[in-house]
Amino acid sequence: MTTLPSISTELQEPSAAVEHEEHGDFRLFGLVLFLVADGMTFAGLFAAYLTFRAVNPLPTGGIYELELLLPTINTVLLVLSSFTFHRSAKLLRAENSSGCRLWLMITVALGVAFLVSQMREYFTLPFGLTSNLYASTFYVLTGFHGLHVSLGVMLMLIVWWQARQGGSITSHQHFGLEAAELYWHFVDGIWVVLFGIIYLL
Amino acid sequence: MVVVSLVVAIILIGLWVGSDSSLLPVQASLNAPLYDQLFRVLYSIGTILFLGVFGVLIYSLIRFRRRAGDVSDGAATEGNLPLEIVWTAIPAVVVLFVGLYSYNIYDRMGGMTSLGDHGGMHSMEAMTAMDQRPAGEVWGGIGTATGLTPATTVDVTAMQFAFIFSYPSSNIISGELHVPVGQPVELHMKANDVIHAFWVPQFRLKQDIIPGQPTVLAFTPTREGTYPIICAELCGPYHGGMRTSVVVHGQDAYEQWLKQNSPDPVAA
Amino acid sequence: MTTTTSSPSPGLFDGPEPEDWRRYFGFSLDHKVIGIQYLVTSFFFYLVGGVLAGMIRTELTTPISDFLSREAYNEVLTLHGTIMIFLWIVPVVNGAFGNYLVPFYVGARDMAFPRLNAIAFWLIPPAGVMLITSYFIGGASQSGWTAYPPLSLTTPAAGQLVWIFSVILLGGSSILGGINFIATILKLRRPGLKLMELPMYCWAMLGTSILVVLSTPVLAGTLILLAFDIVAHTGFFNPGQGGNVVVYQHLFWFYSHPAVYIMVLPAFGLVSEILPVHSRKPLFGYTTMVYSILAIVFLGLIVWAHHMFTSGTPPWMRLFFTIATSFIAVPTGIKFFNWLATLWGGRIALNSAMLFACAFIVNFVLGGITGVALAQVPFDIHVHDTYFVVAHFHYIVYGGTVFVIFSSIYHWYPKFTGKMLDERLGLLHFALTFIGFNLCFGPQHWLGINGMPRRVAEYDPQFTLLNQISSVGALLMALSTLPFLYNVIASYFKGKVAGDNPWRALTSEWLTSSPPPVENWHGPAPHVRHPYGYGAEPQP
Ligand code: HEA
Ligand code: HEA
Ligand code: CUA
Ligand SMILES: [Cu+2]
Repeated sequence: MTTLPSISTELQEPSAAVEHEEHGDFRLFGLVLFLVADGMTFAGLFAAYLTFRAVNPLPTGGIYELELLLPTINTVLLVLSSFTFHRSAKLLRAENSSGCRLWLMITVALGVAFLVSQMREYFTLPFGLTSNLYASTFYVLTGFHGLHVSLGVMLMLIVWWQARQGGSITSHQHFGLEAAELYWHFVDGIWVVLFGIIYLL
Repeated sequence: MVVVSLVVAIILIGLWVGSDSSLLPVQASLNAPLYDQLFRVLYSIGTILFLGVFGVLIYSLIRFRRRAGDVSDGAATEGNLPLEIVWTAIPAVVVLFVGLYSYNIYDRMGGMTSLGDHGGMHSMEAMTAMDQRPAGEVWGGIGTATGLTPATTVDVTAMQFAFIFSYPSSNIISGELHVPVGQPVELHMKANDVIHAFWVPQFRLKQDIIPGQPTVLAFTPTREGTYPIICAELCGPYHGGMRTSVVVHGQDAYEQWLKQNSPDPVAA
Repeated sequence: MTTTTSSPSPGLFDGPEPEDWRRYFGFSLDHKVIGIQYLVTSFFFYLVGGVLAGMIRTELTTPISDFLSREAYNEVLTLHGTIMIFLWIVPVVNGAFGNYLVPFYVGARDMAFPRLNAIAFWLIPPAGVMLITSYFIGGASQSGWTAYPPLSLTTPAAGQLVWIFSVILLGGSSILGGINFIATILKLRRPGLKLMELPMYCWAMLGTSILVVLSTPVLAGTLILLAFDIVAHTGFFNPGQGGNVVVYQHLFWFYSHPAVYIMVLPAFGLVSEILPVHSRKPLFGYTTMVYSILAIVFLGLIVWAHHMFTSGTPPWMRLFFTIATSFIAVPTGIKFFNWLATLWGGRIALNSAMLFACAFIVNFVLGGITGVALAQVPFDIHVHDTYFVVAHFHYIVYGGTVFVIFSSIYHWYPKFTGKMLDERLGLLHFALTFIGFNLCFGPQHWLGINGMPRRVAEYDPQFTLLNQISSVGALLMALSTLPFLYNVIASYFKGKVAGDNPWRALTSEWLTSSPPPVENWHGPAPHVRHPYGYGAEPQP
């Protein structure tokens, strides 16, 4: 076993063609996988919430009637922001950098408006984090989602700054923008599910 | 042929090994013989499979060992579809059989009895009085296999680190469980602090006692004697010390015990 | 999809990286360095977990609680379980061998995301150190590795929170690793290399990573809820506040059952690499092996409630989970029979790597059979939470996965270092481990059936003898690490030089120098079309 026997060459054909292969960009693919994982975190929390509702019926009055106006406005804000973001990305690809930045800022504004309005709702609610099972789940779910929104706003600001500098975000190189957009759509989608489950159900 | 006789031998050994139930504690409830029947079947099947795999492995290691200086390769077989289908099908059949058989055993033990609507209604009311959940929602381990109304019901409270048994019909409160032989007993269990579990190995029965979930467990003791009750769910530092006994009395001795231990109405 | 002008992934050298041994102590981006970092770090944690196991077994030599206080016993067993699972098995079979081998197998020069890879590794040491130090400062978690509430809400909060925090960090590390493996296997394959030409370990890692990405986040979410209950006094799992403890169990096992396949699928993959090489035959039934991995992944996601048969779940649920669980035996069986068929008719070299691999088959089949028994509700209600379960899973995690890890170290050590391990010491290591292991965990089956619950520091004196036998077995296992450690260290300095390919293997990590150069091959990446093409040549 000390000598190295020759290995038949037909088994391993050398490949001059792929010398120092330049591989493509998988970062978006990686991000998708990450979002799947993140989505599973939400799925776990949703499952917990739904089971609590199904098997732990609260005493009458335990489930508070939620004011629907503010959350509906919130939903509209977020859905709208998905479109504005999309528009911003399209403008970048059309080499319109200032248009891109403008629409990005509009998206940021919508995101911030969402957060402010969410805060307002928190302060007007008749229950606190530990009032009961329902209240706790409500705050943890919306809060966890709110964290995602905040992160999304931060990402947008970074991307906006990079686009302004013109260095790392250009019409040819826009991974950052694209990633932020994908992430934003995801956060948006989660909100729609959350809205359906918590407010409408 | 050699192969066939080897297979037969392995099967016979498996059946023989499985027929020995000295591995299990004594049988002291109606569940126990059913359990042991399942145990023996699983033990036989397991032994047969294990010996089969072990035998083929050892045979290959000896028969196909590489001799010194041999640098040749084995045959270039990459697979054999019919063979692979066979060894997918055999476990599938075995597993299906085992699943259905154990379902049958479980049903005969009373495990499939829906606990919401059996047993005396009076006991259900007694339960809802103490529970934090809506009436009718009782979680359960196992009901009475016979479907009979239990002769004895005992309320069990588990706490760190003791079981307390109280007899609603005679106001007895005891740290040991006393039951008459040969009659269905129903335990109404609740936990005060953390999860505990009620386990009597000789009854082949275990049920978690979960705070916030009143639980029913029924069994029929068949053998007089004293058996351990063991807490089987980690419940804190003294989890290992959380044990007591169940005493299965003959009918007369049980009456006797009841009479002796009932609190004196005047003194109480 | 984006098209970019420059390669976006950071090259290997975007900073000066030390070329010598020092890079093993730094933030290296080389997948081979990271693989070794995982291996050595995890082995350290194995020794820590082993010392804790030694403390458990010492306590259990007598039926009374004397060696450790009762609280300390619970801390020790919690740390033992957590460390062995999250800091030893999972990082080794995924992180260590995955990082080292997967890029070779897909014909790449590194993982898809090298920097992410390094980050994933560097999350592990702080999490582990934190967990261990909690034992010395204020006390570690006492509620078992399952951390069931309400117990975990009532035991000292500091230790429990440290536990939650480190497990979330370790879970995060594992998710980042999983993302990286999926991207590497699916996207970074050498052009022209087909999925069905990949060595089996890649398939195993793909399946495992899917499980990681789908189930680990649920654990993180659950532990966040648990942390809220402890810190903010919410009542998710606190029945006193209307919470529901069974929901925790469902969520926990939704992760932790798949976790057992996260611990064993990569080991299946490693065995599938080792057996063909040393028996000089193709891996039998490649296609069915691939499908059985996918079947295990799928079934693994829908069987979690078999850990909860005594928690008062409804009858239909028990029935479903019994059947689903039992069916995992079918795809798993396919793999075992295919391995036996791989050995059949080969030229088997019974060296240390093969001894451990074959012992794995024996041990795992035994553990799998007790697993199928446990899956039967009526069987489980007697033995749940007893030493029978302890025996079941040590047969699988130790007799299965740890045996495969040792086998793999004997197999790949020549590649890692360029030196051979000493075979005589290997034999001694194997004999001590195998005997010690069976002595330790074999008797526990009987103990469980006859009335010894798990997680107790004190027990019925009738069980003393068997517990002492079990402790002697543990001592033998502890001793067995000595020849192993000596072998690994001494051979590094004065072992026989291995050459590039001492086993005459065909997979591509062997088609380069030992140890391999920084970008894996000096020349172009080879295209291995038949990783198991043994016996293809006419016999000499
Ligand atoms: C790597 C880890 C690992 C693996 C792979 C497995 C594999 C299996 N496990 Fe195990 N298990 C654990 C680790 C693991 N387990 C742990 C850690 C616990 C305890 C957790 C705790 O509470 O702390 C546990 C607990 C556990 C329980 C709960 C017991 C209880 O708490 O009451 C059950 C019940 O169903 C179970 C079942 C199974 C089954 C059916 C398999 C199957 O996958 C096995 C399949 C394999 C085979 C069957 C062998 C090969 C097949 C053949 C040779 C074909 C022919 C076979 C037949 C037809 C039967 N396991
Ligand atoms: C996943 C992998 C894994 C591995 C590899 C092991 C390895 C070992 N385990 Fe572990 N074990 C678990 C996972 C694992 N375990 C889990 C998940 C639990 C459940 C925890 C819970 O209930 O929450 C558990 C629980 C558990 C128990 C039950 C405790 C109880 O319920 O009260 C016991 C008891 O015997 C035990 C023993 C051992 C032994 C002797 C080893 C041996 O194989 C270890 C051998 C290695 C060494 C000994 C290290 C090398 C030697 C030295 C460094 C020298 C020093 C040694 C001494 C002082 C003896 N383990
Ligand atoms: Cu009560 Cu353990
Ligand atoms: Cu499981």
